[in-house]
Amino acid sequence: MSVLLIALGAAVGAPLRYLTDRAVQSRHDSAFPWGTLTVNVVGSLLLGVLVGAPVGPAASALLGTGFCGALTTYSTFSYETLRLTRGGHRLLALANVVGSVAAGLAAAAAGYALARALAG
Amino acid sequence: MSEPFEPRTDPDVDLRVPADRRELTARPATVLATIAAGGVLGALGRAGLQHAAPHTPTGFPWATFGINVSGCLLIGVLMATLGHLGGGHPLIRPFLGVGLLGGFTTFSTYAVDVQQALVAGAPGVALAYLAATVLGALVAVGLGDAVTTGLLRRGTAAR
Repeated sequence: MSVLLIALGAAVGAPLRYLTDRAVQSRHDSAFPWGTLTVNVVGSLLLGVLVGAPVGPAASALLGTGFCGALTTYSTFSYETLRLTRGGHRLLALANVVGSVAAGLAAAAAGYALARALAG
Repeated sequence: MSEPFEPRTDPDVDLRVPADRRELTARPATVLATIAAGGVLGALGRAGLQHAAPHTPTGFPWATFGINVSGCLLIGVLMATLGHLGGGHPLIRPFLGVGLLGGFTTFSTYAVDVQQALVAGAPGVALAYLAATVLGALVAVGLGDAVTTGLLRRGTAAR
């Protein structure tokens, strides 16, 4: 059962990452990968909420492992950082690493705290 | 493939690459289904490894660490190979790069596991995991890209 739920969540999460990336990247001209930062921060926030609530194993498999796991990505994040470095955008590369990690961690903590507060 | 494949910043979608700009409008259902299929396979692989090597809230998340670092190595290999091939088949990057490796690696689990280690009172583990993943991922993607590019160039030169 959880295999199907993970698959279903990922089947939505991965294309949504691509569509979000397209939508965000079409709205600015800089070399900074705002699209990937967006999906990674939103996914971290949502997973923080799911862990803080906490939800049952079915919702965790569907929304956590499947959806959030596939919506967010480490491979694209690291490749973009590499390309920024190679392209001479060292400051942007550094900002991408520090910004993504800090914002992702803050989002996870905020989601977790919010869910805990609401769950009482 | 007449368009230059490089320089491409984003393996998910780089709108400065003409082929990327067009790929969704040309055949949206095929591209999105291909990404979904890759994403499902990647996510199931990730879930399987995490299930096989679980970690306690205060323990080091070795499974996710290995997943993210190996996924970054492989995206370096993939993108260097596609660059060498001038892009390759139009559905290869959506399937392997956006779908499979994007679905295999995860940023949300990384962020939440760091946060959970802090909540569980293990700041040392949180910091070590935070730093090791970032450094491991960046070294891996650079290594995957450099070694693959070197091998492919040598192969081309030898021919």
